[in-house]
Amino acid sequence: MNVPDNLRYAESHEWILIEGDTGTVGITDHAQAELTDIVFAEPPPVGKKVAAGDVAAVVESVKAASDIYSPVSGEVIGSNAAVEENPALLNTDPFGTGWIFKIRLSNPAEADTLKDPAAYRAQIGA
Amino acid sequence: MRTPLFDAHLAAGGRMVDFAGWEMPVQYSGILDEHKAVRESAGVFDISHMGEFFVSGPGSTAWLDSLLTNNVAALADGCAQYSLMLNERGGVIDDLIVYRLGLENFLLVVNASMIGEDAAWMKARLVEGIEFENASAGFSALAVQGPSTGGVFEKLFGREMPVERNRILEIGEDFVVTTGYTGEAGFEWIMPVQEAASAWRRSLDAGAKPCGLGARDTLRLEMCYPLNGSDLSPTRTPLEAGLGFFVDLNKPDFVGKAALVAQKAAGIPTRLCALRVTEKAPPIRPHYPVWIGGEPVTETTSGALSPSLGEGIALAYLPAGFSKPGQEVEIEVRGRRFRACVRKKPLYQKET
Repeated sequence: MNVPDNLRYAESHEWILIEGDTGTVGITDHAQAELTDIVFAEPPPVGKKVAAGDVAAVVESVKAASDIYSPVSGEVIGSNAAVEENPALLNTDPFGTGWIFKIRLSNPAEADTLKDPAAYRAQIGA
Repeated sequence: MRTPLFDAHLAAGGRMVDFAGWEMPVQYSGILDEHKAVRESAGVFDISHMGEFFVSGPGSTAWLDSLLTNNVAALADGCAQYSLMLNERGGVIDDLIVYRLGLENFLLVVNASMIGEDAAWMKARLVEGIEFENASAGFSALAVQGPSTGGVFEKLFGREMPVERNRILEIGEDFVVTTGYTGEAGFEWIMPVQEAASAWRRSLDAGAKPCGLGARDTLRLEMCYPLNGSDLSPTRTPLEAGLGFFVDLNKPDFVGKAALVAQKAAGIPTRLCALRVTEKAPPIRPHYPVWIGGEPVTETTSGALSPSLGEGIALAYLPAGFSKPGQEVEIEVRGRRFRACVRKKPLYQKET
């Protein structure tokens, strides 16, 4: 299972790439493998304000709908229309073109509460 | 409970879930991939969890005719028919397949979740001379389905698959029947449990792809085949479910007949309708509210994203006056309503 070293992870299987005060969020390789064929994705609209742990997006496989939580608090500044058009990107490229939204962090210190790659690997038994 | 194929499912990458108390594979390679395999080539499903009853002895035909909706007397030797077992109110206890093995000799295949209840219901109504055996524990079954099933059949049995549907071949202790739950050509293969592992392996070797309950559900829903417990219930009649073709109101009395005759005379109040979403929407799932004219009127009984159509599909009991193809409805998903339309069944038709 791929767990890139440059990312932080939420226990609920989202990743975040933090660059200054902005973050890019998606779901992990482990999450997409568990969800299997993703057939629907609804990224949050730009401008939406979320607190860490709030539901920010929904993805659905053939079998079930899953909430995607924002790992940090802030305002959505980018929403990936490509995954709305082609939800399978979440399966095929979860850390790349399958990103879900970009967020401006209102409290960058929250990032320290997220798991580092080693801790996330331990969580998923990778 | 586990079928004899539990280890084989794990070996094939099966993801196991609980279904009616059984640990069954929901998928192996993926629901979309397995669905496509059945629509385009051949897939094999473990259906060992389903129940097998044997009924024999003089008077068996008449006895089954008193308990089931379809006409057992009219069923030819070596053929199978779909039928329903009703309660006194005309509600559905179970839907099942009746196989005539001889003049007064029948095999019934019933839903896994209903084995105990069906057997108790039938035993409580047993009459002198009829032998009823719940042989579910002794039998396993595979369903091989898809347009290339004929080739799989020939490799397995060294003969051509019957072209006609609902034909029974007795091969050794096995029953091989041209029936299925997918809308494709295929057969269901009922065998003693000790043969299951070898039959599974031989089916894979003959070119069938392992398919799980997930694809089984999307395949049957595209065909609008009802699932008992979801689309059929003790409070809905087969007339409401659109299964009148499998109900013979002209035959002598059967349990539930009076209620159906009365319902038909009074007007059938609701109809199980096929719905197809007409705008971009999340996948539809069971128990989503269905709205007509700004009012919530019912909920979906089944729902899925149709892998063949690429759109949301569902079944729902609509008031009879709003049940005609073309009727516009809305389906509520997480507080938002999406447009959908009543369509003629089945929702999926093979391009030929």
